Amino acid sequence: MQFKYKLEGGDFTNAGNASSAVKKILRQLNVDSAIIKRIVVALYEAEVNIVAHAYSGIIDVNIDENKLYICLEDKGPGIPDIEKAMEEGYSTASSKVREMGFGAGMGLANIKRNADRFLISSETGKGTKVELFHNLKQNAE
Amino acid sequence: MNRENGRLWKNFPESLKRSYWNQVKKIREISEIIEGKVLCCQNMLDHNIEHAFASDLMSDVLTVEKSNLLLITGLANTQTIRTAEMSDISCIIFARNKKVGSEIVSLAEETGIIIMESSFSVFRISGELYKAGIKPVF
Repeated sequence: MQFKYKLEGGDFTNAGNASSAVKKILRQLNVDSAIIKRIVVALYEAEVNIVAHAYSGIIDVNIDENKLYICLEDKGPGIPDIEKAMEEGYSTASSKVREMGFGAGMGLANIKRNADRFLISSETGKGTKVELFHNLKQNAE
Repeated sequence: MNRENGRLWKNFPESLKRSYWNQVKKIREISEIIEGKVLCCQNMLDHNIEHAFASDLMSDVLTVEKSNLLLITGLANTQTIRTAEMSDISCIIFARNKKVGSEIVSLAEETGIIIMESSFSVFRISGELYKAGIKPVF
């Protein structure tokens, strides 16, 4: 199964809609609720990151029987120093983003913690790509 | 678990039963303690709550691993509801009469999250519920 969602930078009204839709799909597929929580927390953080920092983005969700692969690709300023951005507490978020309850510099670390595998690459001035891998069965390795 | 039924439960000493029910509160009881006004999902008033977390920082809420939590916050926007949805939070209390718009209420209704308004501060709600036996996460 494949699903695609489009994101608009700065559109906080609709931020989280894609994560919510994915949560509903995973529930219908009877995925364990603890696994669903890990997936949607990582996805939601990444979705909010695009809305907070980029101009636009696309979320690609691929589900097969045992595995989930999500690719989030945005057009935006990119991340000049990924290592620095991964540090907890480091943030470049605007005051608007902080007013929404985000931008404390915890997002990327939380995505990594909640993903079975997490890849990030970025080109300054072009955009950022985040990839999330999850097993949908508890004992599937 | 039902309060009265179950053979095992009946054989429990009264003191143990009392201490268990002192640590679990129905959302209905919680709304009375904090003089809260329930804004949606009235059908969930009989759900039990064991743990609570207070924060205005959604990034912080998203790091909590426990499910079926109660969230106490002063931040009222749609992302508060989305955060609760992703974190499996079943109930949110908005402190200090924060304006909870109709957009927020309908999103909460749709996602099955019970929300309440209270005139008490975050500190007072936390204190009252802690005193009533609700447990902290950390």
